[in-house]
Amino acid sequence: MLEAAVFYTLAVLILGLGILVISARSAVHSVLFLVVNFLLVAILYVTLSAQFVAVIQVLVYAGGIVVLYLFVVMLVSLKRAPEQHADTRRLGVTGAVLAGAVLLEVIGIVVSGAARSDAPAGARGAGVPEAISDPMLNTEQIGWVLYTEYLIPFEVASMLLLVAMIGAIVLAKKNL
Amino acid sequence: MLETFIIPLLQIAVLLNAVLVAVTFMVLMERKVMAWAQARLGPMRVGPHGILQAIVDPIKLILKEDITPVAADKWVFTVAPIMSLVPALVVFSVVPFGPDPLYYVADINVGLLFIVAVTSIGVYGIILGGWSSNSKYPLLASLRASAQLISYEIAVTMTLVSVILTSGTLSLVGIVEAQREAGVWFGFIQPVAFVLVFIGGLAETNRVPFDLPEAETELTGGFHTEYSGMRFALFFLAEYANIIVISAIVAIMFLGGWMRPFPNVEALAFLDLIPPWIWLIGKIFLFLYVFIWIRATLPRYRYDQLMRLGWKVLIPIAIGNLVITGIVKVLV
Amino acid sequence: MLEITPLHYTALSAALFIIGVIGVLVRRNIIIIFMSIELILNAVNINLVALSSQLQNLVGQVFVVFVIAVAAAEAAVGLGIIIAFYRNKETVNIDEMSLMRW
Repeated sequence: MLEAAVFYTLAVLILGLGILVISARSAVHSVLFLVVNFLLVAILYVTLSAQFVAVIQVLVYAGGIVVLYLFVVMLVSLKRAPEQHADTRRLGVTGAVLAGAVLLEVIGIVVSGAARSDAPAGARGAGVPEAISDPMLNTEQIGWVLYTEYLIPFEVASMLLLVAMIGAIVLAKKNL
Repeated sequence: MLETFIIPLLQIAVLLNAVLVAVTFMVLMERKVMAWAQARLGPMRVGPHGILQAIVDPIKLILKEDITPVAADKWVFTVAPIMSLVPALVVFSVVPFGPDPLYYVADINVGLLFIVAVTSIGVYGIILGGWSSNSKYPLLASLRASAQLISYEIAVTMTLVSVILTSGTLSLVGIVEAQREAGVWFGFIQPVAFVLVFIGGLAETNRVPFDLPEAETELTGGFHTEYSGMRFALFFLAEYANIIVISAIVAIMFLGGWMRPFPNVEALAFLDLIPPWIWLIGKIFLFLYVFIWIRATLPRYRYDQLMRLGWKVLIPIAIGNLVITGIVKVLV
Repeated sequence: MLEITPLHYTALSAALFIIGVIGVLVRRNIIIIFMSIELILNAVNINLVALSSQLQNLVGQVFVVFVIAVAAAEAAVGLGIIIAFYRNKETVNIDEMSLMRW
């Protein structure tokens, strides 16, 4: 009962803020709604007993990436809003139709997936340690999986971040 | 019911009130210590030796008129102080004031990461407060403040990782227990990290010598120039609550938290008569005193010097410290 | 209705995904389009975490860490491109970004 109440409250807030993000007139307001949205998603992760991911969500998304967006929005102070000289009505109709098509596709996948929910045991992946549902061990277990099974992807991800960092500096700096 | 709701709620109520009272008295302490350092008397009028000044100041701020500039973005202007204060107070939920569950609201397995993550939300209050005022000095100050905060956050977080390597846990209670088992405060095992976190803490709370965002002589007063009355007081509270947070983190991670000095020496057992929370609060106030002492002593950095110190000195030292800690950890 | 199954989380994730898609398709401000993409990535993350806790298998959460790393890289490079573009053209309207060179 409590679980359901928490889930529905969070779901309504997350979706409502998502709609506000894409519909707000001022880009700064959009960024604000996005931050709150990410914080609520982090709370959703806590209810799923994934504390480590929840904290990383707050630290990297809400505390890092969205601050970047806020900086760019403030630097790009616009004399005229981009929406002003576009045919918003036509865009809205086209967007709604295309999004509706994607929605149908997603519903189809979910329904057909729910129909055969008894996934084979092999779907769990071979040689991966299973989680024990003790929240106090969540971080340690993620560490084990990340640094043994997924060590090479982890290194590739850090390489990607390094390349992105250098790329961003090259792009943003006027003269090197 | 009692254990899931009532006791945590009581703990939260006590903690919030204690923090807010501590902030008002810290302001008084700051004025008094600064006055002594400069051979003045400081506030003397209200109560004996000006002690009641700590109560009069908040009353004055509550009663003052709350002005919103005409050109401000009113919605964001109202939200910004709240976004600045709430993270600073939320952090206290994981600070342990003693070994027993009664002394802390929560002991989570990601405690230290939680503190780093939640304090990183506080930067929004600063950026939005400066932007929504629609005034050039607050905007400049808020850009300075947020750039400074983000730069020094990297150095502090990198340094905290090396302490986590030493303790082997992210839980704050676990870190203090690890110091008891090691038989020595981590301040002695990790002296470089101790100094780095302290300097980073000075910079993250915009204190002298890193108070560029509030440089009165250049920017009139910082990102909260256009704020007045209670909304200004919220920014003020957030700033001082953050200073207490940094002091508490440094005390817990490097000076053994709630433990008495030399916890393994039997001859000093009489010190246990003093309850653990008093030890932690005493250590916190020691750091608060050092913060004020530094403010009374050092001049302000120039902005390029500040950025050079953060990126070219502190971050390389933090990475070096991390690598050395890792090597030692593998070898020993 | 009162019992929360993984299907509930999948539905929430799908709805958030659709909101992100609508944002990408309808808005013309490229910064808001980037934010919509972040919403889409978050929808995927919700799915991964929910299924990971349902299957008692941590690989889903490990993947969320990778997704967040990619999102950070995307934001850094993408916003760098936006700043470079804005410096030349003084606009962030995606309809005016149709030139191959300038």
